[in-house]
Amino acid sequence: MQFKKITIITGEYGSGKTNLAVNLAYAMKEHGTTAIVDIDTVNPYFRTADFRDELTENGIDVITPDFANSNLDLPVLNFDIERIIRSHDHTVIDVGGSDAGAFALGRYQHVIEKYAGDYDMLYVYNMYRTTEVSAEETVTLLHEIEMACRMKVTGLVNNPNLGAETTAAIVENASGFSDDIVKLTGLPVKFRCIPENLVPSEGDFTVKRKVKLIWE
Amino acid sequence: MERVLMKGNEALAEAAIRAGCKCFFAYPITPQTEVAAYLAKNMKKRNITFLQAESELAAVNMVLGASSAGVRTMTSSSSPGISLKSEGVSYLAGSDLPAVIVNVQRGGPGLGSIQPSQSDYWQATKALGHGDFQLIVFAPASVQETVDMTIRAFEEADRYRMPVMILTDGFIGQMMEPVTFSDETPKIEPKDWAACGHKGGRKHNIINSLFLQPDELEASVDARYEKYETIKKNIHDAEIYMCDDADLVITAFGTTARVAKSAVNQAREKGIKAGLFRPKTLWPFPVEELNAACKTAKKVLSVEMSKGQMVDDIRLALNCRIPVEFFGRNGGNIPTPAEILDEIVKISERGL
Repeated sequence: MQFKKITIITGEYGSGKTNLAVNLAYAMKEHGTTAIVDIDTVNPYFRTADFRDELTENGIDVITPDFANSNLDLPVLNFDIERIIRSHDHTVIDVGGSDAGAFALGRYQHVIEKYAGDYDMLYVYNMYRTTEVSAEETVTLLHEIEMACRMKVTGLVNNPNLGAETTAAIVENASGFSDDIVKLTGLPVKFRCIPENLVPSEGDFTVKRKVKLIWE
Repeated sequence: MERVLMKGNEALAEAAIRAGCKCFFAYPITPQTEVAAYLAKNMKKRNITFLQAESELAAVNMVLGASSAGVRTMTSSSSPGISLKSEGVSYLAGSDLPAVIVNVQRGGPGLGSIQPSQSDYWQATKALGHGDFQLIVFAPASVQETVDMTIRAFEEADRYRMPVMILTDGFIGQMMEPVTFSDETPKIEPKDWAACGHKGGRKHNIINSLFLQPDELEASVDARYEKYETIKKNIHDAEIYMCDDADLVITAFGTTARVAKSAVNQAREKGIKAGLFRPKTLWPFPVEELNAACKTAKKVLSVEMSKGQMVDDIRLALNCRIPVEFFGRNGGNIPTPAEILDEIVKISERGL
């Protein structure tokens, strides 16, 4: 897969953003120097900062807020994202969930817009995430995220999964839902995520389950 | 019945809606915020009222009001917020009112931490507020169990006219697991005791926890304790895992039990006969189940995210006939399978 200079991961909380961001960082590392930036100011649990040691050992620069994984709920982003982007071939930005999380991304809108054409802003969705979620509601959230960060989504990521219970049928059954989102938004599906234990089709991106529970 | 991926907190909120909860009152606090966020997002569509109160005290007293009117109602918070609500919970108990109280525990004391903890065990099972009273306390260890126990909590609260607590923690609240909801609609019995207007057609109902005559108060408390005896007979539940031949039984609830199960499996691989006892109800405590699980046990190890609270009930339930040791982490730290395995190996090396 070809990666742009900047890849921004947005979506509902729990849609698999952090797991995807970490997997993408590993894939990008094969193509050049890579940084992963955690700008989640919403949730103190299950975030990129959890993978700092593992990623750093693998040569990926990890930038997280000072207060990530501490007991402080401070929404403070105290780093120079432009310098990070300039000094790496690829930067993946893991954004907090929903429009609340995307709000923090808006702070960097003026920086990212300078790279017009050389960034992807991806919107991740999982059909199996929570009950009674329609394609329309999924698209509404996409627009709320765009409003919050004042930037446009450039591509979709279909991430159908039930965690460790994901089967080929579960992945396939989400195709119709994903097609509806394509129709409603006119945006292309950049790729579909597929767990490493399943056989990928063309256009699939194989993801390892990095975000795990402590007893797994 | 679709299978979906949900956070513990969201699933709890969805379960409450399906259980017929009509009024939810709360004040935000990490790590339980998704309960309120989910209900806020769904309130219009699902025809429920969520009112974000000006404080925890206000929220719990709104629960008292809604419950008095015969409505299924719930409040949720995390440790420091539950302390603030304790006065209202005592009033609920003293007024024989059903309600569901959710505690998504975080580290304490004081403001403590925003990471998971189990150090409100004593508070939940012994003294959530002043006066002689108990709560029924359910302790889920998965997202599915959070759903099932929430629905049951509303049923038991109505059945016994008393507050019921879901004692969960930041980890189960925040983690995602696949979950299934039943499509069954709850059967809610009419509440002939509720103060919901009588249009002159009957004697008015009184909801009250104040008794001016000592004998009247004593009679009211005694009657409630008779009810508790019935509850002790009817509600007690535990998971017993690999205990048939176990030399060492690990006792743990909630998140810690999930970690301990991994440690028990690893211990078995090393040839140590370990088992797991996981209470699903913390009050009433599953005394019979524990004694059954410990039939062959030479030692018991209680693992908790606290300085050791449930361990008291383990010793009491066993009547101290088996030595009970303790291992815990606190401050918002979760014990790892390796840490628990280390403890198991150490105890085993000292001789079982």
